[in-house]
Amino acid sequence: MAVAERRILFKHIDEPGYTVDIDCYLKHGGYEDLKKAIKLEPQFIKDEVKKSQLRGRGGAGFSCGVKWGFIDAKKTTKPIYLICNADESEPGTFKDRQIIHKDPHQLIEGMIISCFANSVHLAYLYIRGEFPEGARILEKAIAEAKAKNFLGKNILGAGYDLEIYVHRGAGAYICGEETGLIESIEGKRPYPRIKPPYFPAVLGLYMCPTIVNNVETLCNVKHIVNMGGEAYARIGKPNNTGTRLIGVSGDVKKPGYYEFECGAITLGELIYDVCGGIRNDNKLKAVIPGGSSSKVMRADGRYKVKGANSEMTEIGLNDIPMDFDTFAAVGTMSGSGGVIVMDETRDMVDCIENLSEFYAHESCGQCTPCREGAQWMKKIIHRMNHGHARKEDTDLLKNVADNIAGRTICAFGEACSWPVQSFIAAFRNEFEAKAK
Amino acid sequence: MSISLTPDFEKKLDEAITHYPVSKRSAALPLLHLWQEQFGYISDEAIEFIAKKLEVQSIHILELVTFYPMFRREPIGKHHIKVCRTLSCALGGAHEAHACMKKLTGAQGDDHGPCTSPDGKYTVEYVECLASCGTAPVMMINEEFYENVNSEEKAKELLKKYQ
Ligand SMILES: Cc1cc2nc3c(=O)[nH]c(=O)nc-3n(C[C@H](O)[C@H](O)[C@H](O)COP(=O)(O)O)c2cc1C
Ligand code: SF4
Ligand code: FES
Repeated sequence: MAVAERRILFKHIDEPGYTVDIDCYLKHGGYEDLKKAIKLEPQFIKDEVKKSQLRGRGGAGFSCGVKWGFIDAKKTTKPIYLICNADESEPGTFKDRQIIHKDPHQLIEGMIISCFANSVHLAYLYIRGEFPEGARILEKAIAEAKAKNFLGKNILGAGYDLEIYVHRGAGAYICGEETGLIESIEGKRPYPRIKPPYFPAVLGLYMCPTIVNNVETLCNVKHIVNMGGEAYARIGKPNNTGTRLIGVSGDVKKPGYYEFECGAITLGELIYDVCGGIRNDNKLKAVIPGGSSSKVMRADGRYKVKGANSEMTEIGLNDIPMDFDTFAAVGTMSGSGGVIVMDETRDMVDCIENLSEFYAHESCGQCTPCREGAQWMKKIIHRMNHGHARKEDTDLLKNVADNIAGRTICAFGEACSWPVQSFIAAFRNEFEAKAK
Repeated sequence: MSISLTPDFEKKLDEAITHYPVSKRSAALPLLHLWQEQFGYISDEAIEFIAKKLEVQSIHILELVTFYPMFRREPIGKHHIKVCRTLSCALGGAHEAHACMKKLTGAQGDDHGPCTSPDGKYTVEYVECLASCGTAPVMMINEEFYENVNSEEKAKELLKKYQ
């Protein structure tokens, strides 16, 4: 039996007759949460977000309340900025696209509330360049919200001013990395900044305190204001609260986007019950659970997780509950919620060749290990996959990957080496067979 | 400078700059987008003009054009077909879709770069994940987005709109 979806953010997505117009949004109770929020103390909203235990949905799963806690409007003399990360370019991820194109006001409302809570008066919505339609929809939504005084000067008579502008990227994946994104808004190449000292909360946009949050994270804030932090925290599991937007692609019968309570569904239920099983009734071979940068998992692997009484037990892939902590415990991550499924007909060296081309293309080139290493990995995998594998190639490839991770300015170093390391760890025989 | 811009276009550029009250330089990407939409590519004149407008050195604009994949220094075909090549689309037939588009349009060249048809009507190019992996294979033609382009009939049907 299929586990039921719990649609909170996706409540109106694909609902017949639901449009991107503000009138439609208002008819469905839109901007009521802003009206409620604007009468509250900003600190009260921040406390509710903390109580909700909301974790960032952009990839790293960092606590939103803690992130906001780094910023104290009373102590800083500089302006505070907020940026919505709508770059959505992690391969396998297609959740933010749905909200941007089908329910833009939900995001705008979430952003306004988040800005109000953090005393932000100027915010940017960074959208990837390949969403020209999305950018137009958001710009129209912003204009509509402004006309109704949900944005602009003296919002709803509360004496609070806020402007939001859409900023379009231009096809570079690294703009999704928050400090690269900030450089991009400053009109520069999106070279990520080194942390420390350039933590966005301290030295962000224009060297001022800056909050960067993913689209889904900011939408959740609206729902936290609606139901209260404690009620929100009861959805999902402790430390893994709320719902997750999940996109499934690859070799399943019904790929698509879904919303479930965190941890309420297992990988097996997702693949077989929700997505109708594997294409052509083939057997499942491997799953990349959280965007292309997360570590691949073997279908027949055994995974150690904490049981009900905190004792360690071993379970199969199909029984892994989909939440932040469990994916971390089994050595991968829930990342951006993009599940890529591969069946038994797939050659794993072929699959990683595809991803290695992506990373070689997208490295920004600042750090030598990443710039050179990503190219080397691509070239080694390419020759292995095209009849020129050498006996030592598997180890060489692993060695290159091992020498990138942990030695770079930004997490792209891990993002490009984890897939290679994990593909080798899980399917070493297939790499070695190429040299025979 | 030889280039002459319509007042309407200049107004658009000026409006974009107002979105960045802290630093004009931030308007570099929006101005490049507007320019490319209008003229098809980023010429030397464009770089000089935008640099002057934003009060930065030309190199600060050129370095953006050479970094960001969406900007180009040369004109391309009238219709730009961008086929996603990343993993989920590859599993769903992206390479077939790319080959099919090349065949139907007569676009020529190495698959790793933009391939343009001899009549200059179409440019077919691979791009990375377009964030619609569940409807693979996907592509964009100019600014429009298309899903599940998994047969020659479908590709032919699409091309009818782009003559
Ligand atoms: C290489 C790289 C690419 C990233 N791409 C994205 C992206 O496309 N969208 C996104 O929201 N976060 C992306 N991130 C994560 C951001 O840096 C940042 O952590 C996130 O936007 C914070 O938002 P959250 O706390 O709400 O998750 C990326 C990180 C790295 C290292
Ligand atoms: S790790 Fe790679 S992407 Fe990140 S800053 Fe270094 S070179 Fe650029
Ligand atoms: S892999 Fe093609 S849209 Fe994501």
